[in-house]
Amino acid sequence: MEKYLLKLYITGQTARSQRAISNLRRICEEDLEGNYELEIIDLLEHPQLAEEQHILATPTVIRELPLPIRRIIGDLSDADKVLRGLDLHTRCRDAPPAGEALPPANSLHPPQA
Amino acid sequence: MSVIKLATKIPGFDLIAYGGLPQGRSTLLSGTSGSAKTVFGTQFLVEGIRQSGQPGVFVTFEETPEAIRANMAGFGWNIPKWEADGLWAFVDVSPRPDNQPQAITGSYDLGALLVRIENAVKRTNAKRLVMDSLGGIFTQLGATATVRYELFRIVNALKEMGVTAIITAERIEEFGPVSRSGIEEFVTDNVVILRNTLEGEKRRRTIEILKFRGAPHQKGEFPFTINAEQGIVVIPLSAIELKQKSSDVRVTSGIPELDRMCGGGFFRDSIILLSGATGTGKTLVTTQFIAGGVMAGQRSLLFAFEESRDQLFRNAWGWGIDFEKMEAEGLLKVVCEYPETASLEDHLIGIKRVIEEFRPERVAVDSLSALERVASIKSFREFAIGLTSFIKDRNVAGLFTATSSSLLGGTSITETHISTLTDSIILLRYVETYGDMRRGLTVLKMRGSMHEKDIREFTIDSKGMHIGKPFRSITGILSGQFTYRTPDEMERINQLFRSSEESGV
Repeated sequence: MEKYLLKLYITGQTARSQRAISNLRRICEEDLEGNYELEIIDLLEHPQLAEEQHILATPTVIRELPLPIRRIIGDLSDADKVLRGLDLHTRCRDAPPAGEALPPANSLHPPQA
Repeated sequence: MSVIKLATKIPGFDLIAYGGLPQGRSTLLSGTSGSAKTVFGTQFLVEGIRQSGQPGVFVTFEETPEAIRANMAGFGWNIPKWEADGLWAFVDVSPRPDNQPQAITGSYDLGALLVRIENAVKRTNAKRLVMDSLGGIFTQLGATATVRYELFRIVNALKEMGVTAIITAERIEEFGPVSRSGIEEFVTDNVVILRNTLEGEKRRRTIEILKFRGAPHQKGEFPFTINAEQGIVVIPLSAIELKQKSSDVRVTSGIPELDRMCGGGFFRDSIILLSGATGTGKTLVTTQFIAGGVMAGQRSLLFAFEESRDQLFRNAWGWGIDFEKMEAEGLLKVVCEYPETASLEDHLIGIKRVIEEFRPERVAVDSLSALERVASIKSFREFAIGLTSFIKDRNVAGLFTATSSSLLGGTSITETHISTLTDSIILLRYVETYGDMRRGLTVLKMRGSMHEKDIREFTIDSKGMHIGKPFRSITGILSGQFTYRTPDEMERINQLFRSSEESGV
């Protein structure tokens, strides 16, 4: 299985940024079991990246690999939503609970077996 | 602390805004879909670059930069060139086709957007900024408390950056709440509203400055139009100063007898309204007025909205006037147009442009009434005010004709709306006399001069108009309710007045 390449964009070391960083680290460690690479980018230091990546809100996580690109914004406090929003597949978690609506883009790319 | 204004250089707008937009502040520009918000915003940046040497940043939430560049090229605005020159920067926040709807978990802010805006402003050294439109960001992220608060923060940051900003917002109704999202509470130091209403089957664009906090501006709606050469042009009616540089120089009406009736001719900078039913001779008086000007060596300009060029020239020829030769010699210019070819606002701008190019000493419009057809009464009145004040301002004699709706007596809408703006009114009337239809002329009003009060008969032949004797035996010509008096009765009445005058002395 291809490695996930995740980039977390923040603006400054705010409490929200810190929260997003620790939430994302925890999710990665617990659910991706080392099968990932994580980059944290402070847009205050690299404003041109915000322009290139068309980032509107922070924190934003972009899953650059595997394609297609996936994005999610927020402090990532809900691990289930993060996994679904970024279309991350884990060994220990199954598909989202029945009855809950999927984001439309996810339904175009159903989890691979 | 007084508010400093930044001249937008959008034609006409700075006049109604008493100088421009409050400098270093944000102004909410609200309007329904299709009310030209994006054009206004773009032009704000364009004029900044072209006329004030002020770079600009365009933050787009809806259209892509590609679409804006392409759409605005129609106005001759070369945005890619300004981008290459570092005078223009887009911050592209338009929805991207490859993005799924934003998945959101937990709290966030618009820090990234702010970083991008700051970066673009710094990079171009921008003095002007446009955000178009707020609706777009609410579509992408939802109109949540977070988004509202973040926009508030961005507007504050704009103030710190020192840029003068226009933020556009959608409205649903022309006369409802200021904007759909209720965002105005956050930004509203200043609110400008664009309207595109339907009045009597005619589209009418207006602009209204609702408020400038701490700064004066003109109140109410002002018409504007959009044309391919200039973009938005605001028509600042009541903002036009009424400075009547009254002149006592007289110019000929082109009809010697009429000059005598007016006490020596029209004043050089006066507006003359010529009113009469169809066929009473308005076009003839107009033609002689114009020819009289040319003959006296004055540059003369005729706008004809009722007759074609051929018709007009043939008529003139029939009265012994050679328009063709006069035009070839350069003192005459005749502009023929159908009223329906453009909106009244566009006609006004067209007329002004021709006047500025040709620099005439006299102008005639035949007829003003024909232009009533293409507009609502309100637009028409604004047009009349705009045109008369423009002409007056240039020391030009203006003759406008108005067609009254009834054959006998009566007034026209044109008359009702512009008679107070005119310096002189001349009435042409049909007069029924014992089975004959004759024509009468009277000078009803002549500001600042004595004039003859008689109603005189006139005839028309191959030399033009001939003004004859007053109608003495008929009364009620102006109202169209004629009564005839016998010579005996007239003599008796004359005697009566004579004896009372004598006894009064």
